[in-house]
Amino acid sequence: MEKILMSGDEAIARGAWEAGVCVASAYPGTPSTEILENMAQYKDDLYCSWSNNEKTATEIAFGASLGGVRAMVSMKHVGMNVAADPIFTAAYTGVNGGLVIVSADDPGCYSSQNEQDNRLYALHARLGMLEPSDSQECLEYTKAAFELSEKFDLPMMIRVTTRVCHSKSVVQTGQRNEIKPLPYVSNPEKYAMLPANARVRHVQVEKNLEALKDYAETCALNKTIYNEGDIGIICSGICYMHAREAFGDSASYLKLAVTHPLPDKLIKAFCSKVKTVYIIEEGEPYLENAIKALGIECSGKNRLGPQGELDAQRIRAAFGLGEPPEIYPQPAQAPARPPVLCAGCPHRGFYFAMQKHKDSIVAIGDIGCYSLGVSAPFFGFEACICMGSGFSIPIGLSIALKRQGDKRKVIGILGDSTFYHSGFNSLVDAVHQMADVCLVILDNSITAMTGHQVNSGVERDLMGREVPVIPLEGMVMSAGLDKDRVRIVDPIDQQAMNAAIEAAVSTQGTFVIISRRPCALLKEEIRLRAGRHCEIDRELCRGCKACTKTACPSLAFEGKKAYIADAANCTGCGLCLQMCRFGAIKTVGG
Amino acid sequence: MTNILLTGVGGQGTILTTKILSAALVKLGYDVKMSEIHGMSQRGGTVNTQLRYGEKVYAPNISQGEADLIVAFEKVEALRALPYLKKGGTIVMDDREIYSMPVLIGAQEYPHNAVELLKETADSVIVIPASRIAEELGNIKVQNICLLGALAGTLELNGVDWNAIIAENVPAKTVSLNQEAFKRGRESALSV
Ligand SMILES: Cc1ncc(C[n+]2csc(CCOP(=O)(O)OP(=O)(O)O)c2C)c(N)n1
Repeated sequence: MEKILMSGDEAIARGAWEAGVCVASAYPGTPSTEILENMAQYKDDLYCSWSNNEKTATEIAFGASLGGVRAMVSMKHVGMNVAADPIFTAAYTGVNGGLVIVSADDPGCYSSQNEQDNRLYALHARLGMLEPSDSQECLEYTKAAFELSEKFDLPMMIRVTTRVCHSKSVVQTGQRNEIKPLPYVSNPEKYAMLPANARVRHVQVEKNLEALKDYAETCALNKTIYNEGDIGIICSGICYMHAREAFGDSASYLKLAVTHPLPDKLIKAFCSKVKTVYIIEEGEPYLENAIKALGIECSGKNRLGPQGELDAQRIRAAFGLGEPPEIYPQPAQAPARPPVLCAGCPHRGFYFAMQKHKDSIVAIGDIGCYSLGVSAPFFGFEACICMGSGFSIPIGLSIALKRQGDKRKVIGILGDSTFYHSGFNSLVDAVHQMADVCLVILDNSITAMTGHQVNSGVERDLMGREVPVIPLEGMVMSAGLDKDRVRIVDPIDQQAMNAAIEAAVSTQGTFVIISRRPCALLKEEIRLRAGRHCEIDRELCRGCKACTKTACPSLAFEGKKAYIADAANCTGCGLCLQMCRFGAIKTVGG
Repeated sequence: MTNILLTGVGGQGTILTTKILSAALVKLGYDVKMSEIHGMSQRGGTVNTQLRYGEKVYAPNISQGEADLIVAFEKVEALRALPYLKKGGTIVMDDREIYSMPVLIGAQEYPHNAVELLKETADSVIVIPASRIAEELGNIKVQNICLLGALAGTLELNGVDWNAIIAENVPAKTVSLNQEAFKRGRESALSV
């Protein structure tokens, strides 16, 4: 077999395909997104589709498992909060076809709103759990997870982290094992979780976990490496790689693959052979607490702390292994390079217009590309916590502000994908509770932040099928808002957007603005505008800098004149053009 | 073990460059790991990829003071990545300037003398005019493959059919353009 480089995400997709998976579902979220994206290459052998949120994605996979085929659902760590409801009870019912749940955690918060450690979910929800440490293991453990799921009648969780998902390493691949579907047999005692059945199933889950624990005691996936010296390190996932890098052959290792349930006897046996036990793990002291509960003296978290990602250097520093390498002094400060709204981004038009109304509004945001509007120069919103909340926080906030005589209008902002994800529920609450809020859907016709995944507003799905579009305005109107409380506006058109915001601020009750213009990076958009960009006439430019207030990355200012610094990326959207009182800017080409 | 850090601005093609280099290293029989944390990279932020190769690689990422080689696609990104350079390591960089938002809106200064500063500080800095070469060839986008050529020249990797690997990894229409960019970058590094 050929050796190829694969990311952890690619390898999980490959492993699932080799294991004969028939249904794969997900909602995008870094660093898990590429798992389902990579399933699409196998679409002749399986069904794969983006869902609107992690809960529905999980339930679709559960349904497929119930129907007797192997199924997988993947999500980022916070997605598991959304999917927790079905997951906790899916452990009780167990599976028919193997069911694998992939949780991609993000220590270091590279692209997330928190650093939660989802290993605790496996413990809490009573799932089996495997933790791969590189791409080869991603492939192998995924295959194993399907086997174990069926063998022990448990949903199996694959827990990975950003560094595993987004690192590439050498992988040896195999072939697909086409598996005959298991018959679907009606069995309400097992699958209909009413109290009477659930009580019985809870007993069964614990038995299933006991059986998996016995298996984990001797299975070949857990590995022990003995070296000279007193130190024994227990770790799992990527932390093994970092620990190995830091301690080298000066310590022995128990590298756990099955991290729920934990193999107590194996752990005790390892610890009896070393003098000092260190637990090296990112996030919560998940392993450490469990191992301490076995009566074993060990440490690690006290030196490493719960925050951030580990690397070899951090471990060396924490355990006093040698001096840190010398580094060159920084001869000058590098100016910051934060990610920004792209040239031509429709979100910029909305935030620009909104600035004018600063004094009469309080804005709440959500998670998506438009989150970038939080910083300079727009300071577009003041709070955001999780997907969908951009439409429900305003309901509570508006009540609180009214109580203290604050007359500002509360505005909620979220994107099209976020609206389909959970924002619609919040909108229904707002309308039904007669909330005095303005809710804005920034509809760029794609799930942009995570890399352009299709959503229910797009007419093609992941497998390339033509699918019905679920129109946002239809959903909004279905909540019972009158026509005069809903505006659909092109955010680049500042006059129209200003008028819409003004109407929203002056109207009592719930008001919705759909700010609609496709993402400037969509292939179709790039094709349509080919060659079009703005041009600034140096003679006419008076250097007033009004255009630079749009904070467009294609626009620069030097020598008392504004100019288009990056015509290749300028889309000619014309936002800056509307700022110019001297007619110096025009759109050319295309 | 050799550690390489590639750094640039979203959209410059650092990830593709790392991918092609890794493919070549795998063909040479090395164990290779690369890390490419990408979240908001398309939106104009800094993009770092890290590549490690040798007989056996454990961790996929590089800590500060560990990079044998830094390849910078942009001037201040070279400056920013400097803490990662191992003492005595080499920086291969383009002298291209791309202004970030704080610079564009005048909130922060761009250090135009970054190359001189780096040359005064680090022991080995190789400047490759990759963007200019790419523009001469008619497409700024091949800057990355030009830098790859320079990198291949600096690493003295022998026995690699670079033209074939490039052909496997770039759009069909741009194969000869990219191959030419690679050649020019390599020559440029070897002439330093
Ligand atoms: C529960 C949860 N799932 C997934 C994510 C990852 N995520 C962040 S933003 C986003 C998509 C936003 O898309 P949209 O609302 O359309 O805004 P856009 O980025 O297109 O502007 C996703 C999937 C998350 N933060 N939380």
